[in-house]
Amino acid sequence: MTEKAYDWAAIAGHPRFKELHSKKVAFMYGWWAFSAGCYFLLLLGAGYTPGLFSIEVIGNINVGYLFALAQFVISFFIAIHYGRVADRDFDRLTKELVEQIQ
Amino acid sequence: MKRIVASAIIAISIGGAALAAEPAGGTLNPQPAGASVKVLPAPAQPAASTASAAAQSAAPAKVKTNKTITLSMFALIILSTMGVVVWAARKTRTAADFYTAGGGISGLQNGWAITGDVVSAASFLGMSGLISLYGIDGFMYSTGPILGFVTILLIMAEPLRNCGKYTMGDILCHRASAKPVRAAAAISTVAVSTFYLLAQMVGAGKLMQLLLDIPYKVAVIGVGSLLIVYVVFGGMKATTWVQIIKAALLLAAAVLLSLLVALKAGVNPIRFFADVVNNDFIQDHVRMAVLKHPVAEPGMDYGKRFLQPGLFLKNPLDQISLGLAWVLGAAGLPHIMMRFFTVPNAKEARKSIKIAVFLMGAFFIMTTFLGFGAAIHITPQKIAAMDKGGNMATLLLAQAMGGGEGTIGGDLFLAFVCAVAFATILAVVSGLVLAASAAIAHDIYVNIIKDGKADQREQVRTARITSLVVGAAAIWMGIAAEKENIVALVALAFAVAASGNFPVIMLSLFWRRFNTAGIVSGIVVGTVAAIGLVLVSPNMTYPKKVAADARKVADALEKKKASGVTLAVQEQKALDKATADYRKNKDGKSMMGLDAPLFPLKNPGIVSIPLGFLAAVVGCLAFRDRRAEEMFDEIYVRQSTGIGIAKAAEH
Repeated sequence: MTEKAYDWAAIAGHPRFKELHSKKVAFMYGWWAFSAGCYFLLLLGAGYTPGLFSIEVIGNINVGYLFALAQFVISFFIAIHYGRVADRDFDRLTKELVEQIQ
Repeated sequence: MKRIVASAIIAISIGGAALAAEPAGGTLNPQPAGASVKVLPAPAQPAASTASAAAQSAAPAKVKTNKTITLSMFALIILSTMGVVVWAARKTRTAADFYTAGGGISGLQNGWAITGDVVSAASFLGMSGLISLYGIDGFMYSTGPILGFVTILLIMAEPLRNCGKYTMGDILCHRASAKPVRAAAAISTVAVSTFYLLAQMVGAGKLMQLLLDIPYKVAVIGVGSLLIVYVVFGGMKATTWVQIIKAALLLAAAVLLSLLVALKAGVNPIRFFADVVNNDFIQDHVRMAVLKHPVAEPGMDYGKRFLQPGLFLKNPLDQISLGLAWVLGAAGLPHIMMRFFTVPNAKEARKSIKIAVFLMGAFFIMTTFLGFGAAIHITPQKIAAMDKGGNMATLLLAQAMGGGEGTIGGDLFLAFVCAVAFATILAVVSGLVLAASAAIAHDIYVNIIKDGKADQREQVRTARITSLVVGAAAIWMGIAAEKENIVALVALAFAVAASGNFPVIMLSLFWRRFNTAGIVSGIVVGTVAAIGLVLVSPNMTYPKKVAADARKVADALEKKKASGVTLAVQEQKALDKATADYRKNKDGKSMMGLDAPLFPLKNPGIVSIPLGFLAAVVGCLAFRDRRAEEMFDEIYVRQSTGIGIAKAAEH
């Protein structure tokens, strides 16, 4: 593997890189905190508020089932949303950065 | 150094085997259990209503498979996967081919392979079984893995692809001194894989024993030999395709079964759930077997109770501890991490996780239809009579949906689902053996012992020999651990991954000051804390507690006897057994010499994960390393952009 020597510190200080990195971090950690928060709410709810989870919403389908199902919907949504944002913004910024430093 | 590493690995393997030897109700239960699996006394309990009496008398002792059809299906799976191995073996020439299929797997293929790697027989059979016996708690369980994959998608997948090569050691030693870091990474990889592999091997042996009516040893040796052939000859390429085939079969089986169950309820979810609530057998089961109310409590709707949480998962704190291990541990599992290195770039890595989230999510949602469907159409009494952990629920459901026992349709569908379970086992164990072998061959042999000076030929040869040895060890440990505590082992694998691996990977990717000392102390403390806490947790057997329980049974029966009632034959037997159990256990101590658990939770994550982070930070601050800080810019830029790693794709 012949590797080109890059000036990593210079790239790290490059405005494009800073933009890319801060956007990525904000997006990823934001959504991660959101999904993890929902998940722990489910665990807490199931453990400490069984009454709430037992309320029937449609027919015999109750809040607990729907909330558990919602975890999957949230995961699906994040997967699609992340894919779209990454393809559109992150990849474009990365490409621009690579072009500028070469 | 070499000797230390070697002895540590041996110590961990022996520790795993010792832990495994711990006697427990070794059901094929899913993932780390947050609550104990209560033994269901369903068949022994005096029938309270005619409904359950009918179900019990009709309950056969085991699933009756049509041997010819089942064996032909198994043969078909073996033949087709062997075809893949022959094809893959011809294309495996370099170390990169062996460990990562040369980075030539597409995102779509990798997404299916990840699904095949993650969904084990425990998820396929165990989760639906849990739902069929304990209702909605089984479904709550399956939300953990999917959240683990959101973590991987958002935080780990791209940086790992951009920074790694074959193993976790490669990622960690970018800017740290290579040898100690690789050694520590290899030890934790081997620990996690051993615990997980052991659980899978034992589960596989028990399942094959039930399905094919063959001795446990034969089953373990059979599964082990096949996995050795896949990994040794086909490397990552064959493993990937075995996982893809398995994922396709698994989803096909789940879709087909869900459709048939849905059709029976007129494709109406409201009617489906009403069927669950109004089912007499389910109501009886919840009242008698789960809640143990001999007389129905007024105002209690036992059918609705089945759809409410708390029948299986009883300690919320334990659940949160387990949840933490799920969310952070999945990202630290070496056999999952390894899958990111098989795709050419970060974009494909992202795509593969996206696909895996969808496939797994769809699968877990379908398990509700399978589980509740089995409860409605088979009855929980029958399912528990066959296997108290509920593992036969999906199989019985397939048989019933195909037309019932003894019909061609029933036999065919049952055989198909058995074959899917078989393929599932093979795919999961192959991935685990490959990950453990990579850590030993690539990190320890090539990079520590040979200082990275080994040509491709030697690397591939080493990798193959290591896989053979690891596979043989898996067979040996699987046989030795027949009566093991699977639940504790899987809990341990996740806890070690979350406490030992996750903190150091995160910190080396995102913290400038992180260095060698931090990595080593983080891995060591996280791993030791997780293992140590499980060893003193309620997962272990405490003879004094066993004795106390036996005493209670004996006292109750003796009281009955003293009051002048003649005991039935069965009751007399129970009394004798309880008295004997009491005598045998009253002075015993747990494996760690304890009378009672020191740590109250079954899942150590809530304590061991913060400990792992803390140790990593403290270790790092204690020994400052300027070079590592200077080199941070490289890893910082790389993980985010993939600059400089593009060449790795072309190996």
